[in-house]
Amino acid sequence: MSLRRPAKIQPQNFEFNSSSLEAANKIVSKYPDGKQQSAVMALLYIAQRQNDNWIPLEAMKYIAKFLKMPYIKVYEVATFYTMYNLSPVGKHFIQVCTTTPCMIRGASKLVEACKEKISKNECELSSDKTCSWMEVECLGACVNAPMMQINDEYYEDLDKEKTLKILDQILEGKTPKPGSYRGRINNEPENNRKTLMDFKNA
Amino acid sequence: MLKDQDRIFKNLYNDMGSDVSASQKRGDWVNTKEITDKGREWIINEIKESQLRGRGGAGFPTGLKWSFAPKEVGSRPHYLVINGDESEPGTCKDRDILRFEPHKLIEGCLIASYAVQAHVCYIYIRGEYFVDGQKLQAAIDEAYEKKLLGKNAAGTGWDLDIYIHYGAGAYICGEETALLESIEGKKGQPRLKPPFPALIGLYGCPTIINNVETIAVVPTILRRGGKWFASLGREKNTGTKIFCISGNVNTPCNVEEEMNIPLKELIEVHAGGVIGGWDNLQAVIPGGSSMPLIPKEKCETLTMDFDSLMAEKSGLGTAGIVVINKDQDIIKCMARIARFYKHESCGQCTPCREGSGWMWRMLERMAKGDATKDEVDMLGDVTNQIAGHTICAFGEGSSWPVQGLLRHFKKEIEMRNNLDPIVQKKNNIPYLVDQHLLDKKNA
Repeated sequence: MSLRRPAKIQPQNFEFNSSSLEAANKIVSKYPDGKQQSAVMALLYIAQRQNDNWIPLEAMKYIAKFLKMPYIKVYEVATFYTMYNLSPVGKHFIQVCTTTPCMIRGASKLVEACKEKISKNECELSSDKTCSWMEVECLGACVNAPMMQINDEYYEDLDKEKTLKILDQILEGKTPKPGSYRGRINNEPENNRKTLMDFKNA
Repeated sequence: MLKDQDRIFKNLYNDMGSDVSASQKRGDWVNTKEITDKGREWIINEIKESQLRGRGGAGFPTGLKWSFAPKEVGSRPHYLVINGDESEPGTCKDRDILRFEPHKLIEGCLIASYAVQAHVCYIYIRGEYFVDGQKLQAAIDEAYEKKLLGKNAAGTGWDLDIYIHYGAGAYICGEETALLESIEGKKGQPRLKPPFPALIGLYGCPTIINNVETIAVVPTILRRGGKWFASLGREKNTGTKIFCISGNVNTPCNVEEEMNIPLKELIEVHAGGVIGGWDNLQAVIPGGSSMPLIPKEKCETLTMDFDSLMAEKSGLGTAGIVVINKDQDIIKCMARIARFYKHESCGQCTPCREGSGWMWRMLERMAKGDATKDEVDMLGDVTNQIAGHTICAFGEGSSWPVQGLLRHFKKEIEMRNNLDPIVQKKNNIPYLVDQHLLDKKNA
């Protein structure tokens, strides 16, 4: 299990803004009547997006009221799932996959790059307070290893140099292009494709 | 090699685009009504005849699973749930289906929903695949627009709504009952079985849960016939499968191939060979990190299907092949996998919650050579304490890779770790309750 604690400094209040409210109501309507509790995960995401990428305790209380469920049940969910950030992270949140398939292709170099460019320790804000990074478990892009995720996007087929370049762009406030950084198309074998050739040429 | 016309996922590399019109050119949504007009019985029988086994890891026969759904809808509605919580290290096949072949999945959902009499289908996608989920959502929206979903979907007379539910980074939610808990808005801790979800599942209603790939191959099977699918591969291990080949290979890739294909062919032909040549191969994890590794000697002749891997005391799992060459420290690789399980244990059952941490810490020490001789056996003992003593199958999943390591690389561990045991053997201490432990050979 992963140990997760809420931040010590918490905002005093939290409320959905109008666009969040609209999205939340739409999500609740996806589930059967009386089963609005199902929407809790999606609502936590909405709160996270609205609140600079992390969820304060007040947001959990707000969601509990919104869905008419006990606060502790929301707290349980928020602390169980690792993608909910319980304390502030950077606006650019970098997650480096270091599980075995990435590890054996050199994920530690990516970690080094993050340490050089962002902060010495994981889950620590960079000096300009815009970025933070952490090691995560398998992100499910193993044939594109090593890879990392920045906010929602995947950056694949990396090495240390390419990672440094991406991080530079991020620190300059630009959005680097997601996808493979060795120029390969999706998950095909690079320069070695032997299947579905008719379609490739079509 | 499988002929291109027998490949189900023709857009695996996104050569053609994934919208409805491009999918229709590939044969999706062409005669959905004709298929459903043949009736539930026919669909389920055809799937049974194709001998399709679930692609999510356990390999349970899909037709049989569907036939468990109650024949008549009682007071409780039926649900279809699609498991797209792909988190097994080494596996990334569902992601390509979500982004490049969404209409195969959506059409499969319609046919499967019809077969099990569900009007609502939830697709559970892991939270990290947000962008890919958005692509699927766009495909679903397009399908609604073209009347392929919703009321009288695709003219079949069947009403179906599909909703996406995002996970949030919990590996355990790939377990079917944990996934149901997660959809219900609880923390994803598996339920005891029985009752099985086919009778009491989501919101206590009959629920059929299938993997993304399983559902996505269904329309093609029904179009080309169960016999065609069964003619590929071998008895009870039929059809095609997307293999993900990652790790120390020259061109890691996803490729759809026939079941029972030799492992060597997959690695040499599609993945461009092992880095440093075939002789540099150390071991292969054949089916995602939960499956015990297989040493090089056996890789020469190994064929990739459920039963032949079972015979090697491993498993096909999700067919995520991780190739490890001799430049890697195999103990370190397994220690990292143990750390993965330590991180991802849901914490419900003590053996898994505590044991996964034990295994990780012991393996870390063993990788450094800091362990004592007797700890090697102790590690095996810990794995046995976990396997079979947990609610869900993921307890086995965490101990199998370590057992595989002990089975094939015990010598290497013992060579590196030859410190003397901390507790020396002493004779008969009258007040000691644990005397029997000291009397053991290596104690």
